[in-house]
Amino acid sequence: MHLLAIDTSTSAITVALFDGSRVTAESTTLDPRAHAEHLAPGIRDVLDQAGVEPGEVTGVVVGIGPGPFTGLRVGIVTARTFGFALGVPVRGLCSHEALAHQAWLAGRRGGLLVATDARRKEVYAAEFTLTSTGSERVGDVLVSRSTDLPEHWRVLPTVGRGPLLYPDSLLGGIPSGVVGSELLDVSAGALGDLAARRWSAGEALPTAALEPGGGFDGLEPLYLRRPDTQPAPPSRKSTLG
Amino acid sequence: MADEPLVLGIETSCDETGVGIVRGERLLVDAIASSVDQHARFGGVVPEVASRAHLEAMVPTIERACRDAGVALRDVDAIAVTAGPGLAGALLVGVGAAKALAVALGKPLYGVNHLASHVAVDIVEHGPLPEPAMAMLVSGGHSSLLLVPDVTHDVRSLGATMDDAAGEAFDKVARVLGLPFPGGPHIDRAAREGNRIAIDFPRGFTSGRDLERHRFDFSFSGLKTAVARWVETRQRAGEAIPVADVAASFQEAVVDVLTRKALLACKEHEVDHLLIGGGVAANSRLRALAQERCDKAGVVLRVPRPELCTDNGAMVATLGAQMVLKGRAPSDLGLPADSSMPVTLVQA
Ligand SMILES: Nc1ncnc2c1ncn2[C@@H]1O[C@H](COP(=O)(O)OP(=O)(O)O)[C@@H](O)[C@H]1O
Ligand SMILES: [Mg+2]
Repeated sequence: MHLLAIDTSTSAITVALFDGSRVTAESTTLDPRAHAEHLAPGIRDVLDQAGVEPGEVTGVVVGIGPGPFTGLRVGIVTARTFGFALGVPVRGLCSHEALAHQAWLAGRRGGLLVATDARRKEVYAAEFTLTSTGSERVGDVLVSRSTDLPEHWRVLPTVGRGPLLYPDSLLGGIPSGVVGSELLDVSAGALGDLAARRWSAGEALPTAALEPGGGFDGLEPLYLRRPDTQPAPPSRKSTLG
Repeated sequence: MADEPLVLGIETSCDETGVGIVRGERLLVDAIASSVDQHARFGGVVPEVASRAHLEAMVPTIERACRDAGVALRDVDAIAVTAGPGLAGALLVGVGAAKALAVALGKPLYGVNHLASHVAVDIVEHGPLPEPAMAMLVSGGHSSLLLVPDVTHDVRSLGATMDDAAGEAFDKVARVLGLPFPGGPHIDRAAREGNRIAIDFPRGFTSGRDLERHRFDFSFSGLKTAVARWVETRQRAGEAIPVADVAASFQEAVVDVLTRKALLACKEHEVDHLLIGGGVAANSRLRALAQERCDKAGVVLRVPRPELCTDNGAMVATLGAQMVLKGRAPSDLGLPADSSMPVTLVQA
């Protein structure tokens, strides 16, 4: 198996190839404003590194956010199109689950908050419990001001850039060894690892239907916010002064 | 591979998701999904709504294009995509998809200019472009006069609008008249019943120093304001608005300026082919007056059919195929989307 994993929900444009037991290549670039520039070269790069032809890729998994919309969409449209072009399944996973899994792979256990930058002075946040067998999300993923998050969330050890942005309200601290590590942003290697584990455990992951007109159930971005729309004002400004 | 390149083009600069496929200079398919209905109630294109719609429509539209053309993706020789100008978030969806195709299929990628594509598309409609050609692009986002020695790499801007684009003026005036968005087609229809010399609306940059300084530039915001003022004055006085006459007189002012300047450009640059593209090229009065004035000046007028004038994928595929035919090097896989890509930069 050659699973291609992609995530563009955080500041990292991250791509990995996973062969079923290990990550065979990974490429990560930090550039929160240029996801489209780096993603395709990153995919070509991991294929080259691993010596895998595009046609040998057996599946794609993509982080569906939450995350800033424009960058997030680049990852999702790339995954959908790449999978469609090769006729292989494309699956979506919540990017916060990937971050929690990264913390789990790094040996964290117990309660954990994932808090990532939602821009506009808000964070995307979700609570997880990490046990010996894996990480599990507790409740929904929210978008909110960090100060408005549930009290008990704000004292949990936290991964993601939230605590760097809002140190006064996210008080649980960053687990030791996190700053400068990959626990600030999603790593596609962890995303691929998580997908492969769930997949082989027989868990049904949402899949893009490859039938014509089949749609993308489960591969929709987790926008969590409605689009900003400025309806045309009902009464026009006077031009007569 | 047949000797003519098979090129798939993707366009997502505004509110249409377009995927076209051409073989050489022959159009095989032009598949479109539009989100225009989702914007209508806002009276203009809402960028985030457009971007979300592009994401949902992208793969289904690629798939429909391939099916309708009877083309397998693996047989495509090159991928072309609009790199700009346009709405940044919208462009990125198309650029992301195009790069994914290029990597998955191992095919070259051409990032192309939206405006040059509007010019190039007439090749699949009316054959090779004379070099140079004069092109006037009039749409919701642009009004430009271009001198085009070679559409694959040499496009020169003679002038552009200094404020509203021609289509934008149509849309804004339609709102003043209580007509739905997008207003161009509604004004076109209403104007058929109206008198185009009923009201003498201003024609920007057409005389004196303005014409000297802005020989091939346009200005439509003064016109739009004049129409709004005229209508509001009547409304305040409790008079009925003669919608057809206002529409016809406004439309006449726009197309008079457009055609006058386009023909002046042809004359001064000694070019005998004028091409008109962009959504406003669908306007019946613009087509009629341009034809009349071109005939008089001995200029050959070329206007593609309306579906190829508005934004579409076929135009992108057409320009991409020209680049392949002329042996131009592909773009870098790291190419950015450039929301304000200058018209003189044909390839990203
Ligand atoms: N018959 C017409 N007469 C005048 N304007 C028109 C007509 N049909 C379409 N338009 C205008 O064309 C514009 C859309 O063209 P398009 O090339 O899709 O532009 P853009 O993508 O830049 O908005 C709109 O402003 C619309 O009102
Ligand atoms: Mg256009």
